[in-house]
Order: sequence, then C-alpha cells, then structure tokens
Amino acid sequence: MRTNTISFGMYYGVLGILLLLSLFISARVGAVPISYDRIFRFLQHAVGWGREAGGATIEERLFLQIRLPRVVLCAFTGATLSVSGVLMQALFRNPIVEPGLVGTSSGAAFGAAFVFVMGKSLNGAWVDELGPFLLPLFAFAGGGAATWVVYRLSNVFGKVNVNTLLLAGIAVNALAAGGTGFFSYIARDPQARSIVFWNLGTLSGADWSNTGIVGFTTIAGIFLSLRYTKALNALMLGESEAGYLGVRTARLKRRILLLNTLMVAVATSVVGVIAFVGLVVPHILRLLKGSDNRFLVIASALLGAILLNLADMLARVIVAPSEFPIGVLTAFAGAPVFLFLLIRAGRQQQKGGFYA
Amino acid sequence: MLSITGLTCLAGGRPVLQEVSADFAPGALHVIVGPNGSGKSTFIKAFAGDWPVESGEVRYDGIPLPQLERTALARRRAVMSQLPELHFPLRVDDIVMMGRYPHFSFRPSRQDTEICREAMDRLSILDLSGRDYLTLSGGEKQRVQFARALAQIWDAPAEGCRYLFLDEPVSSLDIYYQHELLALVRDLVKANIVLVAVLHDLNLALQYADRMLFLKQGRVIAEGEAPAIVKPELIREVFQMETHVLANPYGHRPVVVYG
Repeated sequence: MRTNTISFGMYYGVLGILLLLSLFISARVGAVPISYDRIFRFLQHAVGWGREAGGATIEERLFLQIRLPRVVLCAFTGATLSVSGVLMQALFRNPIVEPGLVGTSSGAAFGAAFVFVMGKSLNGAWVDELGPFLLPLFAFAGGGAATWVVYRLSNVFGKVNVNTLLLAGIAVNALAAGGTGFFSYIARDPQARSIVFWNLGTLSGADWSNTGIVGFTTIAGIFLSLRYTKALNALMLGESEAGYLGVRTARLKRRILLLNTLMVAVATSVVGVIAFVGLVVPHILRLLKGSDNRFLVIASALLGAILLNLADMLARVIVAPSEFPIGVLTAFAGAPVFLFLLIRAGRQQQKGGFYA
Repeated sequence: MLSITGLTCLAGGRPVLQEVSADFAPGALHVIVGPNGSGKSTFIKAFAGDWPVESGEVRYDGIPLPQLERTALARRRAVMSQLPELHFPLRVDDIVMMGRYPHFSFRPSRQDTEICREAMDRLSILDLSGRDYLTLSGGEKQRVQFARALAQIWDAPAEGCRYLFLDEPVSSLDIYYQHELLALVRDLVKANIVLVAVLHDLNLALQYADRMLFLKQGRVIAEGEAPAIVKPELIREVFQMETHVLANPYGHRPVVVYG
C-alpha cells in the first residue's frame, strides 16, 4: 500500500548528483564563460596538484577568486534558506511560512544595513574585537527581534492564527524595509546606497571569507536541525500531543527560533533578502515525498542549493555582462506558488488541511 | 495507580477545576462524564501533565508528576486528545510511528515497526497505512490516533503500570466503530493499565465503565461503581435532565432513557 516507494536515500543520491552538476554548469557560465576542462584544471591547481610554471592567469584568478566563491556561497545560501523554511513551517505548523514572510530576512537586512552604513560611527573596543563577525551579529539581532515579534503576535493561546501571522509579517517587513531604506538613503558608500542590494539580494559580493562564515553556519545549522526533526514531526500533531510524546515544546520552540534566525541572518547579511526560496523548496519536496522533517531538512538543503544556483546562473546570463537581481527571479517563481498555497489554504480551511 | 488530591486548575484566571480528588487504579475502566464546560478535558490535561496545576498533587505510582522525567513518562503514559488538527500531508503509518518516538532516538528499530503494524492491525486500519491522513474520514482519523496511543504504551514497563487517557475517543465514530473501539479499551483492562476515558454518551458509559466520575463546574459530584451509581437524581443534578434508568432485558447493564 506504499504510495511512494522511492526511499529517502535515493532522493538524496539524485539530488546530490544534480547539485554537483548545477555547481559545474553554474561555474561555467557568466560574463566570461570558462570551459569545463579549464574548470577541472583550475580546481586541480587550487588543491596544489599539476600546477604549471608561470603562475595563475587572469582567467584562473577570476575563476578562483570570484566565480567559485560565488557559486559556493549561492549553494550555501539556498540550503540555509530552504532548511530554515522547513524549520519555520514546522514551528508555525503552517506550510505557507518562510523566513522572508515572518520578518527574519528583512529584520536581518535591517541589522546588516545598520552596520554597513553606521559601522564607522560605532566606537569602542568591542567593535574591533568582533571584526568580521560584527555584521552577522547585528543581522542576527535584527532578524531575531523581527521573528520574535511576529511569532508572539500570531501565536494566541498556543495556536497560530494565519491571518494575524500574515498581517504581522507585513507590518514587521514594512518597518524593517523602511529602516533599511533610510540607511541606504543616508549612506555614502555607493554599494550600500543601492536599495537593490538589500531588498532584492545579490551574490556579487561573494569572497572566500564571507562564504566561509555562511558555509559554517549552514552546515552547523543543518546538523543541529537534524537533532530536532523528530520533535518537529511530533509538533505537527499539536503542542499538547508533542508534549505527551515527551517533547519539551516551549524549549523546542525557543531553540528553533534561535537556530532559524542564526542561519537566515548570517546568509542575509551577506547576500541581502532573497525571498520565497524557503517556501518553494519544501513545498516541492512535500508534494514529491511527504512531510517527514527528517527527510525535508536534508532534501531541502540539497534542492535549495540546486535551485538557487540555477537562479543565480540565470541572473548572470539573461542581461550579461551585467546581472539581474536574483531576488527578482525568486520572487517571480515564488510569489505564484505562495498565492497558490494561500488560495488552497482558503479552500481547505473547513477541511482543516492545506494538502488534503 | 494514579492518585489526584485537591487538584485546582485555572483557565484565564478563572478556576475550572476546584479541589478535585480521585484515584484511578489499573484493572478498571474509569469513565468521566459531565456537561460541556464542566472541566473534563482540563482534568485529563492536568493529570496528564499538559495543564499548569495551581494547587494539589498528581502522583503516578506514588511519584509526584513534576518529578517524572518527560520521556520516561511518555514511554508508559499515552493520551488520545480530541481530534488533533494537521496542516501537513502525513502517511498513516508515519503518524502511528510517532507513538514510538519516545522509544527510539533517530531511527525506529524493527521492533518499533512491528509494534506499529500490530497496533494498526488491532484497529483494523492496516489497509490505510500508506494513505495520506488528511484524506481520511473523521472516524478513520480517530482510529489512527488510537493506534498511535496504543503503540506508544505497547510494551509493559519493568515496574509500575501503564496509563492510557482518552478524551472523547468515539466522538466521530459510527455506532459500529464506537463499540469496536470501546470493546478494545475494555480488553486493555486485563493488562496492568490505568484507563481513564471521557465519554459523552451516558449509555455507552453505562455499558463499558467499571467506575464513573461525575464532574460539574469543576467539582466532583459523585464517583463510584457503575452501573450502581447511575440514578435519575444524580443525572438530574449533573445534567439537568429528567431521565429513567431502565433494566435492559437484553443485557446486564441498565440503559438511560430521556424525558
């Protein structure tokens, strides 16, 4: 009677292969196309094998310093946003929630914009002490505060009210976006002045240091998420039922909010707001296989990395040699899915389920 | 053995349970009845550990509830609440497997899978196991939830008893499945399980209960052996209904007729 006999492992395998493929294709295309055999040669050089005399060419430096970190950062960002989408949906017990909607992303962007613009006016030893972590830290504070406010407003007597959730999300997003707009208005730095950078997201700022930070939080975040997947599954039955199954629900909710904020804030502080990834990716996987969070966390990380890579590739190709804001692309793809889910939610309200 | 002494609970600052005391022993089916808003559900939640206790004490096998470790308690205490609401598509066997969650850390053992299969077999829902829960009827959902609760406390612990609390377990079942499910609950009486159920239908309660507890406005009005305790005067006091309790010519339990 199994409706779907393809095992989790097979999904992971297929998605893993697709991820590798998308990484290579994405590394190849751009303002300067780089052929596959060169990519392999450059990668060999990078690990210190078969290097020819004469040092790196411009093309090789372009690949290793600009193209490759961008592709890797993109994969980590896609994975982080998708996994946090899974976490937020489990926490709010609602499949239409995602970090862009509940304020995490825009709050984090606000925190990051604050440091970007006002950072030079911040004085004190602690600023120097934090160094490269100053930006993610403020993004974390902003994203955490925004998410907490939305969660508290929408969670009434242990039940999440979807209407309140959406409205609170709109209000907090507008507030944070307004604040970000203010900072980009008073900014002197042309990069920070670009409102596009904060509100539509771009991966053009990728280098190995911020890729490393995002990569670390992504991988740590995925491993930590896996620890909570069983409890999050139980939470699907309701808070009381999860409690009867031995889950400490209050503690679980606090930790999931923290974990989600950490992952999204760090990614957002580097790439800006990229919306709807966390909504679309888990949704596709639920349709394919079901809602077991143990599956969704790993599979969303892989599929999120694949899809955001393809989106970024498209963003670099369609208006080459310039580039298209990736957030616009994800919005074009994601907003219709969101509307579809919303319509379905309205229709299914009486039946009590979104996927029924 | 579940002992409750002087339990008082609040909801929105208002007392919904006042000084409730009761002892629920294994080897009997205890049925709680009472009008809407009499505190039945809060009572179950409170002694199951899902509602803050204002004053009073709940003891499982003599150990106060706050001293029990949550997962250890979950291995021997299952609760079937009024139909939980799901927003995600989940397979029936995945939901039943949730009952085994307190028993394994990440991957279910073969024994866990086997227990789930047997629990579903008991409820005759094996053929539903691959179905999406959201597409089931109310009655099917209720049987799935009962299978989950059964799977949770399937094996007897080394010491102490198991506990099964049912909050209106038959509310969405047709008469056939109402009796099938309650007959199943009755079978559990023989095992060392403390069984407490909230039922709305007095006749169902009369037919299956060993002991009955009448709640009204958060207070215990009467508790005692069924069917002897059920008298028209008591029903009038608790439910404000005129009734007759008649001997049933086709069985040994009396029936209540209204009006």
